[in-house]
Amino acid sequence: MRSDSLTSALLALSSGTVLVGAAVALWRRTARGIVRAMQLQGVALAATALVLGLQLHIALLLVTASLMVAVKVVVIPLLLQRLVALDPSNAESDPVVNVPASLVAVVVLTLVAFYATRPLVRAVSGVPVTLAPFGLATVLIGFFILVARRKVVSQMVGLLLIDNGIALVALLLTTGVPLLVELGGTLDVLLVVVVLRVLATRLHAELGVLDLDALKELHD
Amino acid sequence: MVALVILMAPLLAALAAPAMGWRRAMPWIGVVADGSVLVAGLIVALHDVNHVAPIGAAGYLRIDALSAFMVMVIGAVSLLASWGSVRYLRHEVDSVACTPRQAVQYSVLIQLFVATMLLAVTAANIGVLWVAVEATTITTTFLVGHRRTRGALEASWKYLVICSVGIALAFLGTVILYLAAQHAGGTSNQALDWTWLSAHARTFNPSVVRLAIGLLVLGYGAKVGLVPMHSWLPDAHSQAPAPVSALMSGVLLSVALYALLRFKAIAVLSVGEAFPRALFMTLALLSVALAALLLITQRDMKRALAYSSTEHMGLMALAVAAGGPLAITGVLLHMLGHGLAKGVLFLSAGEIVIADGTSDFTEAAGLLTRRPGLGGSFGLGLAALLGFPPFSLFVSEITMIRGELAAHLAWAVVLSLVALAVAFAALATHGRRLLLSSTPGELVGQRTPAAAMAPLVVGLALCAFVGVSTWPLGPVLRAAAKLVVS
Repeated sequence: MRSDSLTSALLALSSGTVLVGAAVALWRRTARGIVRAMQLQGVALAATALVLGLQLHIALLLVTASLMVAVKVVVIPLLLQRLVALDPSNAESDPVVNVPASLVAVVVLTLVAFYATRPLVRAVSGVPVTLAPFGLATVLIGFFILVARRKVVSQMVGLLLIDNGIALVALLLTTGVPLLVELGGTLDVLLVVVVLRVLATRLHAELGVLDLDALKELHD
Repeated sequence: MVALVILMAPLLAALAAPAMGWRRAMPWIGVVADGSVLVAGLIVALHDVNHVAPIGAAGYLRIDALSAFMVMVIGAVSLLASWGSVRYLRHEVDSVACTPRQAVQYSVLIQLFVATMLLAVTAANIGVLWVAVEATTITTTFLVGHRRTRGALEASWKYLVICSVGIALAFLGTVILYLAAQHAGGTSNQALDWTWLSAHARTFNPSVVRLAIGLLVLGYGAKVGLVPMHSWLPDAHSQAPAPVSALMSGVLLSVALYALLRFKAIAVLSVGEAFPRALFMTLALLSVALAALLLITQRDMKRALAYSSTEHMGLMALAVAAGGPLAITGVLLHMLGHGLAKGVLFLSAGEIVIADGTSDFTEAAGLLTRRPGLGGSFGLGLAALLGFPPFSLFVSEITMIRGELAAHLAWAVVLSLVALAVAFAALATHGRRLLLSSTPGELVGQRTPAAAMAPLVVGLALCAFVGVSTWPLGPVLRAAAKLVVS
């Protein structure tokens, strides 16, 4: 009984940290700091998979956890850090929505996430499901970053936050999707990051900046 | 066996292109591959439409009447697109607009793109479907950015980010549907399988399914080009090479709509008709209305064609909302007709860019006098798109409307017809300016090369043939519609 409440607490801690990672990504201004926040989130996500796997004795979740460490903690942050190195002075100096207002948005989005997941929490019982709002809040914060931040690295992190949030929801709700889907999803995130990096490198070669505001040719 | 050809042909073509290296005959590999997809799709669709055939032993792929029909649509439009690519690539390499290596890269990516779409429509499993649709985004990003201009870069970034967000939502929707299926007793493979899902959907928890279908419609809706996630579409279509736009507009959007057709059928079994209908109807009417309004001010023909795609996808989504056998038959027929007509129009626009160096309606004015062949094919394509007989869009639009009236959606029909009239007027005005207005200077008609005209004529002929004859597609259309009508 005691170990059960301990693992539940650990689960709450790790999935809560995923949300904290998203908030930190929105709070930091330097590209390097934003990538670090995302890396922290990757660790928390892998920890969630690990705890859940140990608690429920699902070996597949240990595979998922190591896959998450490899891709979300090591490879993707490395790819992003190398992009940041192209333009080290790159920072969100003048974001579309400023930092204090953004942090208020985090609170609002988290409340929305709790409200929106009520039907799920009611329909499915168990501790993990009650933590699903953390995942949805992370997704919503990712959306917010995509809209409110125009630097290339921030946009990429926003996309990754959405992906991490969804991974967390999937983990907590279904305790792991079949391996084929898991692998497909992971490979897909990796490919999207690689392709975006190629585009970002082209942008940097062409205009010398990593800022999407430099591209404003297409409009009606 | 025949079904295996469907997936292997474009993959083999993608492998053969780099092995062969750039030479003037190389792009024909793609034409042969996509032609065989069309033939294989026809064989499957005409041979045996009433049972589900697994492809391979793993249980991840299968083909039923609806899949076979979609394979045919993909085969037909990709045949046109790769045929148009032959001239496009030769022109690009000759004018040093792209290197031979980039031309090979283009050929590989376009065949991989076709292969991923075929994978999506033959997937037996909603996980595989999701992976395939996502793979279409990744393969097309570089195709959109093929021209390497700033505009192309901006368009590919926007395309990849918006569609990735969409597909992420679709993933969440897939997971939540999987959860509903798991709780209804499905094992991990059953809970993702189309056949199992449709057989057991009645026992799924409705409040969970409602959340799932909402996310799936928003997510795959981004790929369909439905408002509010449509904004990638005009940029990507105007910046991509014309054959790629033909393929994206002609079939990629329909492939995403195909996924929604199947998901809606499952959702209806669990939550009833009202909720999914309201969802589809809202997005459909918004799309038709916004696209019609934005069509008025377009100057660039490729952007205008892109907005027209959002409009047509909206029309189809409205018929999906209605959902009866008549409406769904109309949707399927419209996918084919719209794909062919849009394919012809984008390829013609590509030829106009090659000949006149512009895709602006006004700058290319007097087209019918200056280049009767090209002007004629653009004009006929436009007539097809606007719903004139004998082209099949005339039949399919009427069928969809009859289906909507049968579902008591008269007010929605009226609203969509108002938007349709606005779009009609806008496109007809643009078309008249492009085709009929006189230009100062050269008024001698120039012949368009037969090689350029061939795919355009074939596309228009197919579109007209499907419009006047229910043979040979009648049975497969009916069988396909029955699969997604509850």
